[in-house]
Amino acid sequence: MATEILMPALSPTMEEGTLAKWLVKEGDKVESGQILAEIETDKATMEFEAADDGKVGKLLVPEGAEGIVVNTPIALLVGDGEELESTSESMTPPMPPAESEKPESPLPSLSPPAAAAASLGTVRQRGTEFRQQTVREALRDAMAEEMRRDEKVFLMGEEVAQYQGAYKISQGLLEEFGERRVVDTPITEHGFTGLGVGAAFGGLRPIVEFMTFNFAMQAIDQIINSAAKTLYMSGGQMGCPIVFRGPNGAAARVAAQHSQDFAAWYAHIPGLKVVQPYAADDAKGLLKSAIRDPNPVVFLENEILYGRGFDVPAADDYTVPIGKARIWREGEDLTIVSFGIGVSRALEAAEILADDGIRAEIVDLRSLRPMDTEAVVKSVMKTNRCVTVEEGWPVGSIGNYLSAVLMQQAFDWLDAPVANCAGKDVPMPYAANLEKLALVSTEDVVAAAKAVCYR
Amino acid sequence: MPARKKSSGPKATVDEMLLYYRRMLLIRRFEEKAGQLYGMGLIGGFCHLYIGQEAVVVGLEASAREGDKRITAYRDHGHMLACGMDANGVMAELTGRADGYSRGKGGSMHMFSREKDFYGGHGIVGAQVPIGAGLAFSDKYKGNDSVTFVYFGDGAANQGQVYETFNMASLWQLPVVFVIENNQYAMGTSVSRASSTPDLYTRGASFGIEGETVDGMNVVAVRDAGAKAAKHARSGAGPYILEMKTYRYRGHSMSDPAKYRTREEVQGVRSTRDPIDQARDMLVEAGHADQDSLKSIDQEIKAEVNEAAEFSRTSPEPDPSELWTDVYAA
Repeated sequence: MATEILMPALSPTMEEGTLAKWLVKEGDKVESGQILAEIETDKATMEFEAADDGKVGKLLVPEGAEGIVVNTPIALLVGDGEELESTSESMTPPMPPAESEKPESPLPSLSPPAAAAASLGTVRQRGTEFRQQTVREALRDAMAEEMRRDEKVFLMGEEVAQYQGAYKISQGLLEEFGERRVVDTPITEHGFTGLGVGAAFGGLRPIVEFMTFNFAMQAIDQIINSAAKTLYMSGGQMGCPIVFRGPNGAAARVAAQHSQDFAAWYAHIPGLKVVQPYAADDAKGLLKSAIRDPNPVVFLENEILYGRGFDVPAADDYTVPIGKARIWREGEDLTIVSFGIGVSRALEAAEILADDGIRAEIVDLRSLRPMDTEAVVKSVMKTNRCVTVEEGWPVGSIGNYLSAVLMQQAFDWLDAPVANCAGKDVPMPYAANLEKLALVSTEDVVAAAKAVCYR
Repeated sequence: MPARKKSSGPKATVDEMLLYYRRMLLIRRFEEKAGQLYGMGLIGGFCHLYIGQEAVVVGLEASAREGDKRITAYRDHGHMLACGMDANGVMAELTGRADGYSRGKGGSMHMFSREKDFYGGHGIVGAQVPIGAGLAFSDKYKGNDSVTFVYFGDGAANQGQVYETFNMASLWQLPVVFVIENNQYAMGTSVSRASSTPDLYTRGASFGIEGETVDGMNVVAVRDAGAKAAKHARSGAGPYILEMKTYRYRGHSMSDPAKYRTREEVQGVRSTRDPIDQARDMLVEAGHADQDSLKSIDQEIKAEVNEAAEFSRTSPEPDPSELWTDVYAA
């Protein structure tokens, strides 16, 4: 009886990968532990080994095949001396072509709908040339363009240089800019963050990458006490032009210490600017603005969004101003405000609500400090109802703040209390079912939207 | 008065010695005045005086050159005066007035001067150490040969970020002189009660950083050690550690009950190792100064400090609109 060898999941968020190279051929005997293939994920190229002894009956996926979904059978292993049964072939799915189209990611690539043409803060002139890019590529391009533009800009962090970035954000930067400007650090967040702050005081423009923002807690004293406050404490003499960036929020199945959203933490701090983009064009435009900004900017990314594709203006000088919201979808019945990956929940919810005849307006804050509360108030004055969506915990959340702002500035326009959808008030559990329950879901957003519409 | 050791060893010219004496005396008188103003309620919050440690900054500043940077913690008034910042501006910051270096918004622990390459003035123990290494990183990145003097105390010498910084500074050969001002007490805890190894200058050994211990009460010894360390860092050989054995006569801050050491201990150091007395004796013994010339220096310094005190009392409080300025750079 043949055993199927399945496409392995090699990282917490891997959904698909490329079969870079087969190291065995049909008919080869293999032993448990022997390397069968090299598999390229969105983060790295990894070796994949046999779990059993046997003989390679058939290779189901050719070398170079891209977009192989996790758990797709990639080969058949037969017992030693056994031959492949003639029926087994019919059991296997058809071999995808090497240049197969990528399978649909959980969310299809989102081009801005026509309504977004007038989106706040984003100039989308007719004739602008766009290209499809992932958030990952957009972030890389933003850094590379700014490093070309300004000699004082450099990148430092764990694995940013030789490894090409733990999440491949800095791919190719070492080759282009060299070791002086792309600096691998030891695993010492507290120390290298302070060093980055000093480099900014010394006249450089550092980009400090945190492998994830969870580890920035080791360095939060330097971010808040040193970077954010020194301009004020020096009576305006000494500012700190620096970008702290990296993935923030829940990844997948990495449990409590590696899954949390720091948006509300940093948004609390005067002296910091805080940005959390959703789409690739905003990621690029906002990162470029952040690097040029004379203030410390906390730039919160999302691991799950890194591989997602969007239309990005092709121009080199594309920037998005910090502090301006973006309207993804116009609607009359309620406003859903979110930022970062929460926007994808909001957009999914809007589709479902539309089927029930509820027209939701989707406001993407993009920046949390300064926050474009004016755009939110304006939208709610039109729709009279509001739901906020975020991954972070519910106490002291961005949604809480927005609720207060709406109460103060749009009280007479509200037809229902503002509803806050947030992560559940628990540390992130590991078990798949519990993790799903802890995260804010599209269903949560739909339910909250119906509740504020009294439907 | 018990006899002090006769000065021998490191030598300085008459002009140098007079300059050091004058600078140390300025710091002492300034700090005494700050203590008085604190007692009168004109200075608020935390106020950490540098009295007793004057030879450390004065000696090291004598080994620095144009373009070199310095950064320290919260016992910072001496560092500012030693690098040439204006006594009026420092004192006015202590009183929280508009003419202070930070326009009244920083206070005793948070002052800066880009002009004098003084990068603070940091209130969190040890935080200035990686920042200082970052300043050195910026000089190396720009390709100049400036050196950064990073000051911290025996208490901060036990902070984790200090060792993270030692590692990176040595790994990247950053032009830093780490100056450990060992005044024997981290607030009220003596070195022997807080440090597993008492010789703090050896703390860089596991990172390949050379260090030495220096008589931090002898301004010329400090200067010579500083010159050696700065030369090492400037040459591209990486960081160097100087452990300055020094002593603070006053409390940790103005609100220190001083229950952790005896009056006799403090008096003993004052009468046998005082840096200013040592300098004065050197000048007198060598015949370069007499009571009259020393008195006139004293009077000049006293006048300068009195003027700073007067300035700090008459400078206006910051305008209420200042509450909202300097949060963000435009």
